Amino acid sequence: MVKPTRVTNRIRALRDEHGDMTQGQLADALGVTRQTVNAIEQGKYSPSLEVAFQIARVFGVGLDDVFQYPDGA
Amino acid sequence: MSFEHRGAWIQLAVTIGAYATYLTLLVRRADGAPLSATPYGDLIAWMIGGSIVVGVVLTIIIGMFGGERARRTDVRDRAINRLSDQVGASFIIIGAVAAMILAILEVEHFWIANAILVGFVASGILSSIARIVMHRTGVPSW
Repeated sequence: MVKPTRVTNRIRALRDEHGDMTQGQLADALGVTRQTVNAIEQGKYSPSLEVAFQIARVFGVGLDDVFQYPDGA
Repeated sequence: MSFEHRGAWIQLAVTIGAYATYLTLLVRRADGAPLSATPYGDLIAWMIGGSIVVGVVLTIIIGMFGGERARRTDVRDRAINRLSDQVGASFIIIGAVAAMILAILEVEHFWIANAILVGFVASGILSSIARIVMHRTGVPSW
């Protein structure tokens, strides 16, 4: 079983805040597959730093507003 | 299911199908005689060539449906492919080592060729299974 990443994210909440953006729409904006957006959201895949910045840019927020890493991890 | 995920299923099906066809034709050609005395070179060539052609054709066919979005591949797909290739590569090495041992023991060419072939088949099957599993459950993050 693949160990889930300890990086958490608020992508689902940010999509909701941006007019119920779908995973497909976010994927189109990023140039990745919808399955990759879903995997990132579910914590099954840690995106590259470049994709992480692209996600933050799509939502117009900072990286820390999208991704969090628990203290002491 | 992404384009690459479907491609992994095609690779798995084509590899198993091609090897099963090869074995069936080989046993039929042997007709009760020892397998090692049966001509096999053309069957292996057709199996490898045929599986490449069928794999490419099926990949083109699935790429024709769903538009650009359905054919899209990305950095996660490439990471999965890289990891699954590593899984498959180990079995090519095992097949090569087995073939080398058989050659040292001066075993018939038939068994040497088939040891290498089994390595290729095992590599194809296990790398495609690894791709499918990673597409379904996630990419290891070590």
